Amino acid sequence: MALVEAHEELPAWSLPAEAVEGISLSADWPERVDREWAWGGSTGANVRVCILDSGVESGHPLVGDLEGAVAISFGEDGDPIVEEDSEGDLCGHGTACAGIVRALAPDCRLFSARVLGAGYTGSGPVLLAGLRWAVEQGFEVVNMSLSTTKQELAVLLHELADSAYFRRSVLVASAHNMPVDSYPWRFSSVISVGSHEGTDPLQFFYNPSPPVEFLARGLDVEIAWLGGGTIRASGNSFATPHIAGICALILGKHPELTQFQLKSVLHLTATNVAPGA
Amino acid sequence: MTEDDLRAAVAAGVLGSEEGHVALLQSVVDVARAIFKAGASSIFLLDEDTDELVFEAVSGEGSDRLVGTRFPSSKGLAGWVLVTRQPLVLEDVTGDARFARDFAEQTGYVPKGLMAVPLLHGERTLGVLEVLDRPESSRFTLAESDLLGLFANQAALALDLLLAARRARSVLEEGAGDEAVVARLAAALTHLEGDERAAGLRLLEALAETLGRK
Repeated sequence: MALVEAHEELPAWSLPAEAVEGISLSADWPERVDREWAWGGSTGANVRVCILDSGVESGHPLVGDLEGAVAISFGEDGDPIVEEDSEGDLCGHGTACAGIVRALAPDCRLFSARVLGAGYTGSGPVLLAGLRWAVEQGFEVVNMSLSTTKQELAVLLHELADSAYFRRSVLVASAHNMPVDSYPWRFSSVISVGSHEGTDPLQFFYNPSPPVEFLARGLDVEIAWLGGGTIRASGNSFATPHIAGICALILGKHPELTQFQLKSVLHLTATNVAPGA
Repeated sequence: MTEDDLRAAVAAGVLGSEEGHVALLQSVVDVARAIFKAGASSIFLLDEDTDELVFEAVSGEGSDRLVGTRFPSSKGLAGWVLVTRQPLVLEDVTGDARFARDFAEQTGYVPKGLMAVPLLHGERTLGVLEVLDRPESSRFTLAESDLLGLFANQAALALDLLLAARRARSVLEEGAGDEAVVARLAAALTHLEGDERAAGLRLLEALAETLGRK
């Protein structure tokens, strides 16, 4: 219910163009953190970004080469299996996310963890196992343009998200624009992302009415797709890698930042907070 | 006869016909297609037993032959939307040969654009709503995204009713038949009005009291 109410007062899960002025915020700090300080000159070099999705088409002109790709599944004994993935992308979605990250952070190190493809049944546990693997690998940024509605998984996801938070592994997760409870985007230890209607990939807004904290470009985006091609697409799924890419830029220049500090830098450099951003 | 069986029997008596629920789903896809000025719209139901998506209602292209068609739940964009629980809007998809082939296998034609949204009810994922080929000229907006979400919510509620009715009916069909009496009583009571309903209720209360005494 809170979601619906919040949506009536302010588009907390999305930001129509006419509402931008309504969330103009001021933050007075003694010394200003600006975009130049945050990521000026950075290309995301040395930052490892993992795309937890449908796989990624390595060598796609908009993606480039992957440094690694694994597929997660479950063996007959019920234990998760992580093996090298040679199938590429089963759907196109992971490639799209990877292309967006690459466009923003051209020198970041891209990895793919495929958690989709084995059908609906078992998809929740595979997602969980994939995220656990990604956190254990210590990727600086994990893009999660997906969610689950299963309460029993939410508890385990929450523990993993907190574990990632303290290990400086930033989980960037897609919010829902529907009145349902899904995870992990609702957790405070992740960075959750919805869509705005703008066309600038570096334009993003801080949302003063969480749980969705940031709103990035997610409408009518030209994205990488299967077979080296591109299509136009919309959805929070594509807003999320915009923030993941910006996180890679910031961490490329300031690898010492904890997630709390990174989120603060995102806040201070958001279009509706930073003067002239 | 367990208490759950009895509840299911009562539900089967009052939930209305399969045809009524199917008509409700059909009206959701018909309205979705009209509002978005789209070429077609479909609702897919997830069959968890077989891990497949099933065409449950179709408006527009394919409506005469697709209902009942099944495909693996990990197949294509509907499968992706189901598994990720994330809505997706794609345009210019004809350049993707694999997508085109998969889609043609499922539906017999290849759309230029597609909107797909998961049908979620509580923590359950029931299926997917798709709207195909909205006018190319219009840029997708957040308002349309919200509208799609509202339709998905309505479709999920309708699908939940349909599933509840089917579950209730399967209890009746698989049971020894004792529950059918309760279902008939519940159905009869639902159709009574005014004094007749009051008299019917008094009779049932007296019956419950009498049976309870023994």
